[in-house]
Amino acid sequence: MYKALADAIRDAESQGTTLARVALEAESRDQGRTVDDIRSVLHRALVVMRGAVAQGLTGDLRSASGLVGGDAAKMRHGAAGPLSGTPFREVLARALAVQEVNAAMGVIVAAPTAGGAGVLPAVLTGLADARGLSDDAIVDALATAGLIGAIVAERASLSGAEGGCQAETGAAAGMAAGAATEMLGGTPSQAGHAVALAQQGTLGLVCDPLGGLVELPCVFRNATGSAIALAAVEMALAGITFAIPADEVIDVMGEIGRSMDVRYRETAGGGLAATPTGRRLARERLVQIKRSSP
Amino acid sequence: MVSLLDIIGPVMVGPSSSHTAGACRLGLLARGLVGGTPERALIELHGSFARTGEGHGTDKAIAGGLMGFRPDDDRIRDALDIAEREGLVYTFEKTKLGEEGETHPNTVRITLEHGSRKAVMMGASLGAGRVLVNEVDGYPVEVSGAYHTIVLVAEDIKGSIARISGILADDGVNIANLRLTRKQRGGDAFMVIEVDDRPEEQALDDILALDWVQWAYRLDKVAG
Repeated sequence: MYKALADAIRDAESQGTTLARVALEAESRDQGRTVDDIRSVLHRALVVMRGAVAQGLTGDLRSASGLVGGDAAKMRHGAAGPLSGTPFREVLARALAVQEVNAAMGVIVAAPTAGGAGVLPAVLTGLADARGLSDDAIVDALATAGLIGAIVAERASLSGAEGGCQAETGAAAGMAAGAATEMLGGTPSQAGHAVALAQQGTLGLVCDPLGGLVELPCVFRNATGSAIALAAVEMALAGITFAIPADEVIDVMGEIGRSMDVRYRETAGGGLAATPTGRRLARERLVQIKRSSP
Repeated sequence: MVSLLDIIGPVMVGPSSSHTAGACRLGLLARGLVGGTPERALIELHGSFARTGEGHGTDKAIAGGLMGFRPDDDRIRDALDIAEREGLVYTFEKTKLGEEGETHPNTVRITLEHGSRKAVMMGASLGAGRVLVNEVDGYPVEVSGAYHTIVLVAEDIKGSIARISGILADDGVNIANLRLTRKQRGGDAFMVIEVDDRPEEQALDDILALDWVQWAYRLDKVAG
């Protein structure tokens, strides 16, 4: 697999093809599997993603602690805001939906992780459905997203415990932004700028879930991460470029993660988890989970 | 080498790859040691597993794994109720299994009984759903579950490795890794054999037919 996005962009552009194509071919070479085989695995992932979106939008879910659930349905059916009727609002609803399913022990695709699982399905299916694109187009986009994620894993990290939330929902935003840009007709180079634009917007983001549970703020971080991805797609498709290449933005994300205090790396020792309300809620809810557990 | 399909996956029951998917895999591996769903299970949770396990469904995921549910099986959510119906009597305890910094924060010790078979397994969930079993019945081992694995205890006799690898070769099983540990020289030897394809029942029967092999089990691949 590629270790630099710049190399993948160069190969795709010199061959007059897409990042999705070069990613599938690299995976095929590495793993000794056919491109069709890899696409069929990605297609199964898409089916699970769509299932999680649908389940989350019903609004019937509650997490173990009761801290999250039901907000995706509000985004769908609640009062109109300035984004009402746009794909943007639908993407936010779907991001909340998938992450609420995750918190309620539903079935999701950990892409790149369970905690950041809402961004990719929300952005890709939300935009594809709004444009009437086929599932094949989304499967290609998942290949592009996988390529970007593999590069982040190689150069930085995809773990909140290692790199903070910038490595989970931040990486997810970068993956979704690059993949969606290409899915909507952008060039490989534009997709690269979308990755950089999204990732720069999440640099420094800490991982600070209440009580250490993948619930709050994780559900909402997936929605705001998706919003950042959409902003990056919109800018990249308009022809805006980001002066620092994506690979260097990813490198610095890794560096920031490594120097991040342990309190901000999934330990519930800092950030929102350590606020007075965060501590109180975690205490109350953990007691409640214990009571409901045998 | 990072695989694209590792990034877009696994498909799993939420909410946590380490505390749910990894916990389920540890349950699956423990199940393999007793060759089926146990009647009794004592599950001792350490560190972060003990502190935040209930909120992540770690208890349900381990119980589900013990009953043979894989990490993407949505019955995990109801695994504790199903366990009661299936006759799996489980006890969860929060304990300290080692010192901070030495013992992985997501460690569990699982003690099982199934028919006449008893086993004790200790393992950790390392993150992103990866697991490592580091102790079986008091023997230090390393089983990742990334391969189909045969574990066995045998008398530490000369040529034992050659005999066993010969049997596996005859049965068409290709060995990826083989590790041998023993508590002392001349004592029982514990072998962990990771193989490329799921071995047939015949291979296991042939190994068990050796009179110096005390027991052998086949653990299915649970990851990768």
